[in-house]
Amino acid sequence: MTVEEMEPTMQCPKCRAPMHTYNRNGVQIEQCSGCRGIFLDYGELESLTRLESQWSQQAPPVAPAPPQAYPPQAAPAWGHHGHHGHHGHRSFGRMLFSS
Amino acid sequence: MTSIAGELAVLLEHLPGSGPTRSSAAPGTPVVLADRPDGTVVGLGDRVAKAHEAASDPYALDTRLRAAAHPLFAGILLAPLDAPPRAPAGSRVPLTGRPVSLWPRGEPVSPDDPDAAPWEATARLLARLHAVRPGKLPFPLPPMRGPHKAARAVDRMRAAPGVRPSARSAVERAWSGLPHWARDEAPPRCRDAVCHGDMHLGQLVRHPAPGGPWLLIDVDDLGAGDPAWDLARPAAWFATGLLDPHVWARFLGAYRAAGGRAVAAEGDPWPQLDVPARALTVQSAAVALAKAAAEAREPDDAEQALIEACSRMSADVNLPPEPAHRAP
Repeated sequence: MTVEEMEPTMQCPKCRAPMHTYNRNGVQIEQCSGCRGIFLDYGELESLTRLESQWSQQAPPVAPAPPQAYPPQAAPAWGHHGHHGHHGHRSFGRMLFSS
Repeated sequence: MTSIAGELAVLLEHLPGSGPTRSSAAPGTPVVLADRPDGTVVGLGDRVAKAHEAASDPYALDTRLRAAAHPLFAGILLAPLDAPPRAPAGSRVPLTGRPVSLWPRGEPVSPDDPDAAPWEATARLLARLHAVRPGKLPFPLPPMRGPHKAARAVDRMRAAPGVRPSARSAVERAWSGLPHWARDEAPPRCRDAVCHGDMHLGQLVRHPAPGGPWLLIDVDDLGAGDPAWDLARPAAWFATGLLDPHVWARFLGAYRAAGGRAVAAEGDPWPQLDVPARALTVQSAAVALAKAAAEAREPDDAEQALIEACSRMSADVNLPPEPAHRAP
């Protein structure tokens, strides 16, 4: 895997250290220079998982430490993990416009 | 048409420049745009008349209408039209006990196409509104009424017969976990920004219609308060999983890019958003339960998502510390 370091673009939501963007096999990820936490945008975890499964089919699996992934957007502890998608859209559409 | 909507239609038809004598455009027929106890709105031609809620504090409402007309809010709030002739001083005409105001008619966000909603424009308008310090106005602005609306929604749920006890207690527990100021039981934690107080996508119009710039409407809850309250409805929708995270990111990003003061410019916005977003989740769940009970049906998926979020709030007892007051 080639790691290409780029300019720091954002601040780590956990420890506030600058985050650096890396390109891993075509997937852009942000890693914190302080706590080494990784920020994944929407769909990037799936891309990495797909790459990992391709790689493990070719070689005996090594057990890497699982990366600590941050949600794409900071959310409160009581938040729902994930988007309900199109469920209840009609009712939510009304909610968008009413007190 | 209810009697109050009928009276508004009559008022509009008898304004100078309205009705059959009007030459510029077809006068059309009066259209009821909203008819609820907290606001009845009727449109005719290019004008709109609103009967505000009966219990409105007339002084506070007058102050809010004066604020909407003030040049500090030009390009942010839709300004009311002048008082109709023979009206008492101020821009209100008492009509069956409800104060009335007149407005130019704008073009609302299409409810049929929420994906085309102007999230960025909304965020920029809020950032500009929040930049106004209440002390800049030549008259004192009453408090923003967001917490008051949340408390009223909980009261409405309590008064509604037939609400499922498990859902009701989830909402009650989440409500009891909120600080007193968010429940309208203590002065606000912050009052250094002008806030809309009841922000949602129905609170925007393009004026002049069609194609004019977006402006905020409905100043009934406007006042001095914590600007995070105005972001709390979309924040609550995002946290409950109803709003697409990308839409939330667009809205929050546009607000920050416009210099909005409600949240830190970078990093986690939730220290400021958490309490107002919990309050709006409780408010929306309480209204949903009252509505579902009135219609003798079970809460639908979106309503259920709000109730479940209330359940998770009482499980998550670790409220973040209240952020420090922003410097005035």
